[in-house]
Amino acid sequence: MGLLDKKYHDSNIIIVSLDSALNWARKSSLWYEQFGLACCAIEMMATAASHYDFDRFGIIPRSSPRQADVMIVAGTVTMKMASRIERLYEQMSEPRYVISMGSCSNSGGPYWEHGYHVLKGVDKVIPVDVYVPGCPPRPEALLEGFLTLQKKIEGESLVEKKPSEKITEDADRHETT
Amino acid sequence: MPTAMKQPEEIAAYLNDHIDEGVLGFVPAEVGQPWISVAPDTVKKIAKFLRDDQELRFNTLMCLSGVHYPAEQELGVTYHLHSTTLGHTVALKARVPIDNPRVQSVESIWKTADWHEREAWDMLGIVFDGHPNMARILCPDDWIGHPLRKDYVQQETYMGVTTRF
Amino acid sequence: MTNQITANIHETKEMTINMGPQHPSTHGVLRLEVVLNGEVVTRVHPHIGYLHRCFEKYAEAMDDYSKVIPYTDRIDYVSAMNQEHGYVIAVEKLLQLEVPERVEYVRVILAELQRIASHLLGIGTFGLDLGAFTPFLYCFIEREKILTIFEKISGARLLYNYICVGGLMRDVPDSFKPETADFVKTFRPKIKELNDLLSYNQIFIDRTANIGVLPAEVALNYAASGPMLRGSGVSWDLRKNDPYSIYDRFEFDIPVGTGEVGTVGDCWDRYMVRVREMEQSLVIIEQALEQMPDEGNVMEAVPKRIRMKEGEIYVRTETPRGELGYYIISDKSSSPFRVKVRAPSFVNLSILPAISRGALLSDLVAIVGSIDIVLGEVDR
Repeated sequence: MGLLDKKYHDSNIIIVSLDSALNWARKSSLWYEQFGLACCAIEMMATAASHYDFDRFGIIPRSSPRQADVMIVAGTVTMKMASRIERLYEQMSEPRYVISMGSCSNSGGPYWEHGYHVLKGVDKVIPVDVYVPGCPPRPEALLEGFLTLQKKIEGESLVEKKPSEKITEDADRHETT
Repeated sequence: MPTAMKQPEEIAAYLNDHIDEGVLGFVPAEVGQPWISVAPDTVKKIAKFLRDDQELRFNTLMCLSGVHYPAEQELGVTYHLHSTTLGHTVALKARVPIDNPRVQSVESIWKTADWHEREAWDMLGIVFDGHPNMARILCPDDWIGHPLRKDYVQQETYMGVTTRF
Repeated sequence: MTNQITANIHETKEMTINMGPQHPSTHGVLRLEVVLNGEVVTRVHPHIGYLHRCFEKYAEAMDDYSKVIPYTDRIDYVSAMNQEHGYVIAVEKLLQLEVPERVEYVRVILAELQRIASHLLGIGTFGLDLGAFTPFLYCFIEREKILTIFEKISGARLLYNYICVGGLMRDVPDSFKPETADFVKTFRPKIKELNDLLSYNQIFIDRTANIGVLPAEVALNYAASGPMLRGSGVSWDLRKNDPYSIYDRFEFDIPVGTGEVGTVGDCWDRYMVRVREMEQSLVIIEQALEQMPDEGNVMEAVPKRIRMKEGEIYVRTETPRGELGYYIISDKSSSPFRVKVRAPSFVNLSILPAISRGALLSDLVAIVGSIDIVLGEVDR
């Protein structure tokens, strides 16, 4: 255990809140859906390969959405592809996150004006957690996106919702019914 | 064995000598490359001749492109041919009116034309007679309109999602 | 042949499955509708267009010929330099523009470096498809070196927008020559390493030899080009057979498929052509570095405004994937009337149904990988 050994040498109990223990585990093993669309996919591959090495953050690719925690939408989403992305997102198990990588999936990018067949932003079909700008973003930018996502996960609670959140949720339910 | 490489004008003259109808003329170019104009309902016959004739032997169709000419209310198909054995190239053009855009398919002559012709149908709405599967290739099957026409108006939504920014 | 044996013993009902558009081995968003009889593929029906980004519409909509160049980058994002090169040559031919010597040499060196980078990616992912993960990492180490060179000259890693009509965006830095020479020196032994690691690996040979055989006549009838055609034993390379730019000044060989471990035109041959092409690219780069003039204004021939005459041209260049054709029709306005891209991947992929009939489903992955498609180019 290295560092931990030196710090806690005469005890095998660590006291920590359940939330932070769960979140620490979740954020340290973000498995992403191996799903390239266009140019950004090549940079995503480069980020996973030798030089930038995603693995050291516990980020590894999965080929099935059912095994993935996070989906990187790497590239241009077209109208033909939009419904497929929606379906893939639905197949992921919760809690699930989406990183929109590159200008195209953020907003249509260079194709926003005359791109009749290009979806102008993937957030029109699925919710996005982190937007990574660039055309294409450098691997460092994608890593930064992942670190941002980790911060977001740190602040979440899976155990119990705060009383205030519960009230607003109940209110929402009443409004809709 | 005649294996001489030919210039486009020589090919045009040769075609004129050997084919009775369909070869409409040779158009020299100010800049770029010249082309031979052909009638759309004789394309297949001419293509077969171009491929099989021993003097020409155009065994490869490099490219097949559809073009919209809004001023003339016409659609056009350009064929770029190449012979790997003799080394010469030539461009053929067929023009059709936009209200009846029918051209003969050359899919049975050069297999590569299959996808190119489907693309020309998808993008410009040119119908290729005799093509085995005249379906859209790039856009979804239920797409409206032919995007590369100059007067194309983008549809507002597709499957409930807006296509605008 | 295993395929036939399996087909005869296990006669089953036909079944249709979808491979893609999300699949780790389709190299992007390709969807294959596969009709199977047991494990044997009876029919493949490729569905493309999932990455159709309206390039041709954009080319017509831009108000200047130069503004199309960033979009040409994005057609084939794995070999952006080659795409720019092809488009720029076409526009220059229409303009009847002469470009300075230094520009031509820099362009050729960049195009060849890009060819190596693209083949490294193609080879790496091909190995990945077949279960060999390590070569992928090795390939990417070398690829990063090329990207570093590109980054120094253009500021971008992937999509450069560096070659412009009549010249280059700016001159290459002084470090360009020694660094490229250094790369050539260090890369040569790596090819041998790659051969030991992957090319002559028995498992890899078993997965690729005699699989997806493409006979030369079929390849020509389908207008295949690049490594796909050369893998079938046809010695055809536009750099040699129809030289553009200054390729007629260099001496190099055209590697062709020989059926060394199987049949001529199988997946292994197509793969090996790419490996040998990387060696030839190094040979070209070496000669170009030697002949390249040290001085010269790279912006000399760049026109302030592009004034075009009416005309049309079809220009083809050899990209890592094959014959890239730009068919440009110009009118008197400052933007192209029509630009059609004859994308090598588009044409090469259309052969897939013909060569995958009778293959096993797992071999289909090898066949798709050996075509080395880039979906951006297939769909444009």
